Amino acid sequence: MAYLELNNIYKTYGQGENETEVLSNINLKIEEGEFVAIVGFTGSGKTTLVNLINGLLEPTKGEVLFKGQPVQGTSHERGVIFQNYSLLPWLTVGQNVYMAVKEAFPKKSKKELNEIVANYVEMVSLTPAINKRPKELSGGMRQRVAVARALAMKPEMIIMDEPLGALDALTRGNLQDEILNIWGKDKRTALLITNDVDEGIYMADRIIPLRPGPNATLGPEFKIDLERPRDKTEMNDNANFKETRNAIIEYLMDIGDERKSENKEQIILPELSPKDFVNQFK
Amino acid sequence: MKQSITLGKVTKFIGLGFLSTIKDLFTGKLEKQDFINFLRKIVVPLASILLFIGLWHMGAKTLYNIEADFKIEKALTDQGPAAADALRTCIASGESSCQPNTLPSPSQVWDSYKSLLRDHNIIAADKAAFIEKTAALNETRIADGLDAITYTGRPSFVDQIFRSLKTVFAGFLLALFIAVPLGIFIGLSPTLKSAFNWFIQIFKPVSPVVWYLLVFMIVKTLLIDSNEDSSFTISFISVGLCSMWATLVNTAMGVSSVDKDYINVAKVLKLGNFQKIFKVVLPSSLPLIFTGLKITLSVAWMVLIAIELLAQSPGLGLFVWEEFQNGANDSNAKIIVAMFVIGIIGFLLDRLMLTIQNWVSFDKTDAI
Repeated sequence: MAYLELNNIYKTYGQGENETEVLSNINLKIEEGEFVAIVGFTGSGKTTLVNLINGLLEPTKGEVLFKGQPVQGTSHERGVIFQNYSLLPWLTVGQNVYMAVKEAFPKKSKKELNEIVANYVEMVSLTPAINKRPKELSGGMRQRVAVARALAMKPEMIIMDEPLGALDALTRGNLQDEILNIWGKDKRTALLITNDVDEGIYMADRIIPLRPGPNATLGPEFKIDLERPRDKTEMNDNANFKETRNAIIEYLMDIGDERKSENKEQIILPELSPKDFVNQFK
Repeated sequence: MKQSITLGKVTKFIGLGFLSTIKDLFTGKLEKQDFINFLRKIVVPLASILLFIGLWHMGAKTLYNIEADFKIEKALTDQGPAAADALRTCIASGESSCQPNTLPSPSQVWDSYKSLLRDHNIIAADKAAFIEKTAALNETRIADGLDAITYTGRPSFVDQIFRSLKTVFAGFLLALFIAVPLGIFIGLSPTLKSAFNWFIQIFKPVSPVVWYLLVFMIVKTLLIDSNEDSSFTISFISVGLCSMWATLVNTAMGVSSVDKDYINVAKVLKLGNFQKIFKVVLPSSLPLIFTGLKITLSVAWMVLIAIELLAQSPGLGLFVWEEFQNGANDSNAKIIVAMFVIGIIGFLLDRLMLTIQNWVSFDKTDAI
């Protein structure tokens, strides 16, 4: 039995004539301790898929099983890192993390909770900023707070919805390493949604492309056989890496082209030519 | 140095940022940009105030002449040239009995303001003397289980201002305690929203006068056995009911339009309903609630005058009405004094709310 299992998931939005099927026939198995990345174009239904797994949405058809039990609503066992940080702007960094910790461990004393908060804020190296509000922080720092908040609840599985999508390349690289470090410590199961193939290859054990929606479905999986810890600069020369990377990109390009050719309906533009001003006034 | 930084911050915080220019003037840190700011923020408003007073003075003078000419003309046709001459000399001498009754000039208004203050000082002294005189007697009366003797003299202008402020704050608090909780419930539940929507839409545009009459009908019956003066109760309830709509609508809107991301956070953290409302929904709708409260307070102050006038509840509204009925020589000037006092207090109340708002709410535009 897999740790997380998605069986024949369909998800539609709207009703009647306006009904659109965003996800169809999604099957996915993730084993305990695995790091899986799902790569897809923007608008292909990635966030919908994530929300089905974390329990914010329910599938129209099919079932999501977590440790053999169907997912019903959200749970502290599955920590979520959102794409747009989703920090509460009226709380400080510490308070944002504290709120999550307090919900996750309602029985602990205030002192213990504060210790946990301090530990996790330290882990993402934000201790000097613990009393600042999110708007005083840079994008990278905000996402670190979100990481600390998700991890401080000690979830058994971390679900990341394009966590680094809004960051610049340098910050992105640093945060990838930080997340991997933290993940490496206790090897929790992790699911990363991303639109960056390199990021997926660098971080995950397996990459599964999501064919773009509507009717998005998962493509064939690509195994990443690279030793951990991985080194970015070395990786670029690794033949195995190059091969996998090219294969994935080719696959994504192909389905992109496929979609274009499927789109047979052509828009006919009216024939327009510039007005002949010169002759008009002769 | 630190002192001056905080001063600058404080003035900006309460929305009087232009005052920092004056501070720069004294600390000698004036640069060219500061000079332009100084011109724009201090000199230009001062010049426009002077211009306003000048125009007012000329306008008042013109109206005065029209009224005086008409009076003399009338005396000439009705009573003959002797009476007209007498009236002309009477007006020119400044004798108060024959002055034309029209828009008062700025200097008359200023004189009335001073006379109102003098009046207040006299009444205050009178009151203090009365309290001193009755202190011993009141002690024995209270010991015997009787009511203390209170000062029942005429309230001064300043007393009226405080009485009006009391009414407006009582009304504002009533609006706050009705509109904010109700707004939260309406915002949270679409069912309640459709249940209350007609109610809000119909009663929101009702005029203060009608609210007063409605409250009067109800309170009069409820307090039928009481000997107390119900005018204060009636007027503050009317003020509250008139002004609460902005807060009600804004609270409901703020609560129902909380960012979906925050709601998702609340769900993922599995916050309970109570926690969700107090830790996520309310803080995020606080800016809108405060905008509503600000409108409520200014509306309350605006309708207060009309309602006090109707309810015969002591205060600025009644003061204006009584002066108008009084028709004394300086009544018009006193009405204008009241007008300025009402305006300035309204402005200060608005600033007060703005300060509280800045203090309690985060900046929504910067927040992600």
